Amino acid sequence: MNRRSTRLVALGVTAGLTALTLAGCSPSGDGGDGDGDVTLTWWHNATSGPLPDVWEEVATEFEEAHPGINVEQTGYQNEELQRTLIPNALAAGDPPDLFQVWPGGELRDQVANDYLMPLDDVLGDTIDSVGATATPWQVDGETYGIPFTFGIEGFWYNTDLFEQAGFTEAPATLDDLNAAVEQLRSTGAAPIAVGAGDKWPAAHWWYQFALHSCSPETLKAAEAEFDFSDECWVEAGEQLQTFIGTEPFQEGFLGTPAQQGAGSSAGLVANGQAAMELMGHWNAGTIGGLTPDQQVPEFLGWFPFPAIPGADGDPTSTLGGGDGFGCSADAPPECAELLEYIMSEEVQKKFAASGSGIPTVPAALDALEDPNLKLVADGLANSSYVQLWFDTAFGTTVGNAMNEGIVNLFAGAGTPEDIVTKMQAAADTL
Amino acid sequence: MPALLESAGPATSAGPAPSPASSTRPSRRRAGTIRKRIEIAVFAGPALVVFLGFVILPVLLAAVYSLYNLPPAFKWENLAEPERFIGLDNYVRALTTPEFLRAIGNNFTILVLSPLIQGPIAIMVALLLNRRMRGRSVFRLLIFVPYVLAEVIAGLSWKLLLQPQGGVNAMLEAVGLGALQQNWLADPNIALWTMFGILTWKYVGFAIILMLAGLQGVPEELSEAASIDGAGWWQIQRHITIPLLGPTIRIWAFLSMIGALQLFDMVWVTVAPTVRSMSTETMATYMVQQGQFAGQPGYGSAIAVILFLISLVVALVYQRFALRRDLAGAVTTGVR
Repeated sequence: MNRRSTRLVALGVTAGLTALTLAGCSPSGDGGDGDGDVTLTWWHNATSGPLPDVWEEVATEFEEAHPGINVEQTGYQNEELQRTLIPNALAAGDPPDLFQVWPGGELRDQVANDYLMPLDDVLGDTIDSVGATATPWQVDGETYGIPFTFGIEGFWYNTDLFEQAGFTEAPATLDDLNAAVEQLRSTGAAPIAVGAGDKWPAAHWWYQFALHSCSPETLKAAEAEFDFSDECWVEAGEQLQTFIGTEPFQEGFLGTPAQQGAGSSAGLVANGQAAMELMGHWNAGTIGGLTPDQQVPEFLGWFPFPAIPGADGDPTSTLGGGDGFGCSADAPPECAELLEYIMSEEVQKKFAASGSGIPTVPAALDALEDPNLKLVADGLANSSYVQLWFDTAFGTTVGNAMNEGIVNLFAGAGTPEDIVTKMQAAADTL
Repeated sequence: MPALLESAGPATSAGPAPSPASSTRPSRRRAGTIRKRIEIAVFAGPALVVFLGFVILPVLLAAVYSLYNLPPAFKWENLAEPERFIGLDNYVRALTTPEFLRAIGNNFTILVLSPLIQGPIAIMVALLLNRRMRGRSVFRLLIFVPYVLAEVIAGLSWKLLLQPQGGVNAMLEAVGLGALQQNWLADPNIALWTMFGILTWKYVGFAIILMLAGLQGVPEELSEAASIDGAGWWQIQRHITIPLLGPTIRIWAFLSMIGALQLFDMVWVTVAPTVRSMSTETMATYMVQQGQFAGQPGYGSAIAVILFLISLVVALVYQRFALRRDLAGAVTTGVR
């Protein structure tokens, strides 16, 4: 009797479990059905500005050219996509087919777990077309992602406010920048906006000082061996500390986000409450998205990070990064076709013309219309050495510790030495 | 899932013991027992499966993950890699990290101050609203509004109001209190107190409604009798109403403490990441920040386990010492 009832209980529990399993596992849309139809899911980080429309058009055109293929493209907020959605989807074994792939430590982890499709055999020509730009998306010589945009960082500034303060030329040296900051105070606008609330925009200031203080050899050694023993890393912090001491930033910058809303650093530049912002090449689109008419403002100009007299680094070094797509390991072969189309000269030109960023296929550079993006592209072309954002290059663990140390310096709660100590401590845990 | 079946077993065998074969009505009783067991299995089974699968299992898995150094999107195979097993290192790291210790401190600050500040306010307002007066239902409704608002909406509204050029500072300026203007959410020195103010605004309404409900259970005869004996309004509240409100106060304080320990969403949406990590981090925000956004699921799981243990200890201690009369027989069996 006992055995029988146990069996009944087992039956009940099994029934419950089965119901749960059935409820939990709805059929996924990846595989396609009997007619040979294929659905490609595509996750990207375009949520504002002209880029979402570009990707939507690309998806439609690809569907038209390839009957039987459906492309479901969705844009998600960048950090949400990078930190939550994609890792969870990969770990759950149900990733999108085509998705944003970030270079650095994350890419290495994903490759180690066989989450990504190696692209060299299927898309060799496409990879060749972007040249060395694809290097950050390679692990052990194999390519797992292809960048569709890559650009360098510089100052996005309000030419009207600069004129009002008596400047017709962009600052060429750090001393010029300091002078501009002093003069700009008279305009009533904050001289510089920084989205320190999100940490990384503040951290980029330190990256720039480090880039200009450290030689390319030191930078490469840091990336390869986490060797931060060179004095230039502390000097970068000291220079930044001196600069912060001149109070160039807007009020309450520790709580200011970078991109969301009128109160963000990009918003402050967009509505004329701040004169400039140090930001990546995507910022024209971000600022444009925060103006009432959704257009890039007329007054917006761009200049590269000024030279620092007496600094040991290579003055033509620049700091930058890009966005790339890759296919999941189990994606249907059509995924590579879609990626090939995204990287085609035609789409790259469309991307450039929309003003969303700098294309990576050189032939598409001519299609750039935005004068500021042309300046960014020239800056990139003239760089002797392009350093990837330090937090990306060093990986999440060291990158987070570094950014943490830098915002502490911004808050006056840390020293230049603390930043390097934190980085080294984090690197030692790896 | 053998573990499920095993743990489901004993619950059903708790029924009456099977009678010996010599009994005169063995088959009827047997049929009845079986029916009862089927009923138990059918009614309790699904809930049990959900509870085990979505509560107990994840807790156990978190405990397992916390012993590993895992990549952001990890696989089961990663658990088999010997170099990933790091024993209790994640726990040692957590308990020696100043940021996490500060987060624990913030949680306990809120845990202690919330009842101390909200309690008296809630009781006084509830006593007021319990009297007959014009517009009483309107007041009751208004006081409950902040609690009904979604946490994220309330948080974002405050975030906008408390910006350097936001509504609160503008209002202070307008009424001539410009000297009191602050960077409410951007100054690490005051952000925690701003946060605490928002939490009080949000949750005091809940306390008031609970107290009001508790007041309905205080028999009017007692206060009538007392007033006939010559007791004043204050004396009645002090010696009759508040003591009889005791169970409500204790349960509310318990809910408030659990809420304080698990505090996440209000801090997450209202305070910028930089200021959060400098001054308003809670255990839950630190867990998500490290486990999800810094890509360290193993370390995040260790934080989750610590948070779980702290909550468990606080809950058990409180139940043992403060709630034992209210819950007599339900949880602390035998204490009477």
